[in-house]
Amino acid sequence: MIVQALAFYLFAAVTVASAVMVITAKNPVHSVLFLVLAFFNTAGLFVLMGAEFLAMLLVVVYCGAVTVLFLFVVMMLDINFVELRQGFLQYLPLGATIGIILLAELAVVMGGWHFAPEAAKAGAAPIPAIETMTNTHALGAVLYTDYIYLFQAAGLVLLVGMIGAIVLTHRKRTGVRRQVIADQVNIDVKDVAEFKKVESGKGV
Amino acid sequence: MAEFWDGYLWPTIWTVIKIVAIVLPVMLSVAYLTLAERKVIASMHLRRGPNVVGPWGLLQPMADGLKLFLKEIVIPTGASRGVFIIAPMLTLILALIAWAVIPFSETMVLSNLNVGVLYLFAVSGLGVYGILMAGWASNSKYAFLGSLRSAAQMVSYEVSMGFIIITVLVFTGSLNLVDIVKAQEDVWFMFPLFPFAVMFFISCVAETNRHPFDLPEAEAELVGGYNVEYGGMAFALFFLGEYANMIMMSAFTAVLFMGGWLPPFEFLSFIPGPIWLILKICFLLFVFIWLRAAYPRYRYDQLMRLGWKVFLPLSLAGVIIASGVAVYGGFAPGLQ
Repeated sequence: MIVQALAFYLFAAVTVASAVMVITAKNPVHSVLFLVLAFFNTAGLFVLMGAEFLAMLLVVVYCGAVTVLFLFVVMMLDINFVELRQGFLQYLPLGATIGIILLAELAVVMGGWHFAPEAAKAGAAPIPAIETMTNTHALGAVLYTDYIYLFQAAGLVLLVGMIGAIVLTHRKRTGVRRQVIADQVNIDVKDVAEFKKVESGKGV
Repeated sequence: MAEFWDGYLWPTIWTVIKIVAIVLPVMLSVAYLTLAERKVIASMHLRRGPNVVGPWGLLQPMADGLKLFLKEIVIPTGASRGVFIIAPMLTLILALIAWAVIPFSETMVLSNLNVGVLYLFAVSGLGVYGILMAGWASNSKYAFLGSLRSAAQMVSYEVSMGFIIITVLVFTGSLNLVDIVKAQEDVWFMFPLFPFAVMFFISCVAETNRHPFDLPEAEAELVGGYNVEYGGMAFALFFLGEYANMIMMSAFTAVLFMGGWLPPFEFLSFIPGPIWLILKICFLLFVFIWLRAAYPRYRYDQLMRLGWKVFLPLSLAGVIIASGVAVYGGFAPGLQ
């Protein structure tokens, strides 16, 4: 057990530390890289809890796809770092309010567990027991049966978001010469190239 | 004390021994893969290739390694030092940790994860950070352009790779690599899923930034791409990482489509499984090198077109067709 505890504290400490670095790092690219570190260590925490499927999804989706695109954008931004620091006091009240609301919500949840201990157990119990089924089967068994409509709705929301992003950013440009692949594929090879049979080692 | 020894210390030592037993051969293969590549391409070009250092040039990789080892590592003044140094390490580490889940036989696997496929997919997806970090930290326009190209390319081809993996998973009903190989005892997935096997391998080539998709290091336009500012051992780590990734992707393809450790015919089963896996990996590596000698480099827009407009729709259709065949043909495991 002591090894698990040590691993937990290692992952948890690195997660918290890198999360702090995300918001304090001077350079936005460093922030994003610390965000990746935070995600990666969160995946480690998931593995410790026996949720290996979620851990891998976290790495694949957040580290492997979302943050790469994020990094891509941040790297190409032309940012004046001094200017970026200036709005700090102006935005502090708003940020602090959001932080306090989140903290209060956490306190409500924890308080609920304190006053009704059975509620905590109900939330923490895996359905079904972890020994009988792998993570992936267990998730699939509820996701594609009980929650199929919610699942489909989530998919639709994502689809709408994707189409929206394309519509907003797509612009027709005139005077662009486009490659028509079909035309190129339909060219008769004899019109454009001459074939010579060259014996190996002889040259033309 | 005895409990501490049996419970913690000995398993740790035993795991370290197993890790060394996997990593050492991989590093050695990486070294000789560079020689093999030069030799194979040389014979395709009707040249001799490296033949001076040692008999038939067999010591050439050692000489190259020694040369790089003795060179000074120069860090550019405008570079972001920490990120600049971490990037090559990250590339090599990610190429090596993937081997933890590759099964060499039914029992010879370091970590028999339930989500082995996802682990490999995740690790290969993280590989992009090494390149992005190197390109950004170098503070050089060529390196930066190379890394941006690479990021776009790897993200694009990962999508279709994911879908092709799903077509395989539909027939295995498990994310465990050992189970996936066992599901191929009757027929390797390469045969019923041939188009997807080819698409998967092409995506692997794009994912490892190899020819004909080596836009990130296109020498003709970008000098050397993302690693242009690196020298000495730091450059060597990128090089090792790229080749280790090639071997890893070949192993992944062999496990998913070519039956992993399984022999092609039943009467050949007296040859141990790891040897079959190694032979399959060698064949795929040969194809990697062959592609480099045979095809010119893609243009960047063609590369993106192939990824998004050809592979993505085809692999998406593949998932739907494969699921239909699996459900209505009765091939789907665990379906009553």
